[in-house]
Amino acid sequence: MQNTRPPEDTAAPAYPMTRACPYQMPVGYEELRERGPLTKVTLYDGRQVWLVTGNEVGRALFPDPRLSSDVLHPGFPFLAPRIAAQTQQRAAPPLVGVDDPQHGRQRRMVIPGFGIRRVAALRPEIERIAEGLVDEMLHRGSPAELLSQYALPLPSAVICALLGVPFEDRGYFDERSRHVLSSSGEGEAEQARKAFTEILAYLYDLIAKKEKEPGDGLIDELIAHQLAEGSVDHQELAMICSLLLVSGHETTSNMIALGTVTLLEHPDQLALLRADESLLPGAVEELMRFTSIGDVLMRVAAEDIEVAGHTIRAGDGVAMSTMLMNRDPRAWEDPDSFDVRRSAGRHVAFGYGIHQCIGQNLARAEMEIAFRTLFRRIPGLRVPVRSDELPLNAPYVLQGVAELPVEW
Amino acid sequence: MGVSVATDRCIGAALCAMTAPEVFTQDDDGVGQLLPGGSERAGDPSVKEAARACPVQAIILHG
Repeated sequence: MQNTRPPEDTAAPAYPMTRACPYQMPVGYEELRERGPLTKVTLYDGRQVWLVTGNEVGRALFPDPRLSSDVLHPGFPFLAPRIAAQTQQRAAPPLVGVDDPQHGRQRRMVIPGFGIRRVAALRPEIERIAEGLVDEMLHRGSPAELLSQYALPLPSAVICALLGVPFEDRGYFDERSRHVLSSSGEGEAEQARKAFTEILAYLYDLIAKKEKEPGDGLIDELIAHQLAEGSVDHQELAMICSLLLVSGHETTSNMIALGTVTLLEHPDQLALLRADESLLPGAVEELMRFTSIGDVLMRVAAEDIEVAGHTIRAGDGVAMSTMLMNRDPRAWEDPDSFDVRRSAGRHVAFGYGIHQCIGQNLARAEMEIAFRTLFRRIPGLRVPVRSDELPLNAPYVLQGVAELPVEW
Repeated sequence: MGVSVATDRCIGAALCAMTAPEVFTQDDDGVGQLLPGGSERAGDPSVKEAARACPVQAIILHG
């Protein structure tokens, strides 16, 4: 035996990689992209996993039922010890961490709350929230910190309105949600675990309160139908609501802040939007594609899968890089340039397959309204430092800036 | 040429209704459905694009 390792094992760089610029690929991605559409990387614990970089291969694998999202599967790979520790301490998170049929049952319960008519009806409320936050920012005056004064409170107020969480309680979640999904400081595992436990306990109590005094949010509908019919118990319902609440905060707030940075650093593209606001929905898709903030989605192979000339063996870990799939030159011309006029619709920034983001249409409406309101109301908005000088989130959580100082 | 929605597979992403709003909509449960007369427009390019966009291949083109 000259070499027991297959050739693709000879170079498996450490993963995930750190972005220097918050909206650009990490330096090592160029090489990974060339080695794709399927290559290998090494995780923090020394384990090698497959990395999917090609758009077509990714779009074939995401819906493949042989690829599991079950975080309790013994072979499930984790990007950081913090995430592994979080998962060991409790049951699988609903929706995102389970496979069908459990996933389908949970998803069916909540999709009515995120339907397009429901989202359309929320638009005036989203606009009011955005206008109110800008009013307050202008009142306090320049400089400001955009993440805490705009990008986070906007989706926070919106998801609370949708779920029926009392508006006055929402301050409680802003910080805790951030700890759950994006914390990257010292003692982060403990901080994230504690924050999630507190949110879960709050929702458990809120559900009990709402059983006595119903309101008019999605939680109230779930209590009136699913809970009353016995298709879900208190614990599972509280878990589902916690997941929706946290996800609704953190993802969109990162996109609003990072999208603002991206637009301000591409003044020609921002000028196009200012001149023609009908370009905005397409620009939101392009921002999603270009920044790919939920870059790495983890899976484990439940069975052998033959794909792109390789065999993914049962038990192998698979990392799906949405950023590399969204920057695949076979899917987009000049993929590393930011172009609000391109047709970016086939991106996988919301994922693909049964786990594709349930709040995607709510998020689209929030982003459109957030950018339109911000750039209309504060036309002189600027960031006083270069984007590669901004503090960034850790590479294994949602990508984005940890702070965003702005002036006008 | 015909088109149908495999409602048992639908996850409510609404990409069909966004891509081809003259053919698809969502019912009150957030599940994709054909609009009246929608199947007659099965040959429209937007319907093909909707079928491609659907994350769970729930838009079925026949014939």
